Amino acid sequence: MPNFFYEVHFYLFGLLAIASSIAFVTRKSPVSAALWLVSTMFCLAALYVMLEAHFIGVIQVLVYAGAIMVVFLFVVMLLNLGEASAIADTRGKWGRLAAGLLGLALLAQVMALTGKRLPEPFTPGGGYDSVAVRDQGAVGSVAQPLFNEYLLAFELTSILLLVAIVGAVVIGRRRQADAR
Amino acid sequence: MLAESLALSAVLFTIGAIGVLTRRNAIIIFMCVELMLNAVNLSFVAFASALDDVAGQTVVFFVLVVAAAEVVVGLGIIVSILRRRPGATADDVSLLRG
Repeated sequence: MPNFFYEVHFYLFGLLAIASSIAFVTRKSPVSAALWLVSTMFCLAALYVMLEAHFIGVIQVLVYAGAIMVVFLFVVMLLNLGEASAIADTRGKWGRLAAGLLGLALLAQVMALTGKRLPEPFTPGGGYDSVAVRDQGAVGSVAQPLFNEYLLAFELTSILLLVAIVGAVVIGRRRQADAR
Repeated sequence: MLAESLALSAVLFTIGAIGVLTRRNAIIIFMCVELMLNAVNLSFVAFASALDDVAGQTVVFFVLVVAAAEVVVGLGIIVSILRRRPGATADDVSLLRG
């Protein structure tokens, strides 16, 4: 199933994602960094769709690129951090060198771990995944394990969201009390 | 496409980790953490596709919910810190007291 057209676009979006994330890490201004991160997330959404995770691709665009990044940009605007100032500083030369070495070590470790034991004979598509998608649709096939095997985790997620809402409200109210 | 996806996931995770280590701006550190979560999501989706099991996509859903909750609380904390001390970086708030 992965033909030439598929592979070319897979590598294209992968390289775009890497380039956008490098640009995101190196930008001084928080606004341009956030916009490069949005670009990375769009490339990842395209990769999700190519890996037959259509629902996750849509959710990636809606929630990550749409909601979470808008919250980040809203906070940058609220705190007036738009221009590159002292707050956008990176660390000194030695800090950057140490981080680069650590990153290389991490990358080598992950590559060595994943490069050895890949289940290579598997081919994407044509199995439980595509059968479930054809029978139940892209959303139903994801929802099936969500409400059967992962039901407890799903319910705990609602508690987590409730705690986050209460925490955000408490932090916000204390901030207003300080301003007075 | 599994090997390529995992390599891309490792590269993105490493870039995010380098960003966390090199930047001082708390908001950018948060965005780097989001990038690392995205890299992990990519490996989940790649394994779900390669192993023909939709449960990997379900786990991505949970990661997404946790990321959203983390962003809400973390940005609330950052806003309340920066309202009190404008221009504070992540190094300036290393003490566990106001």
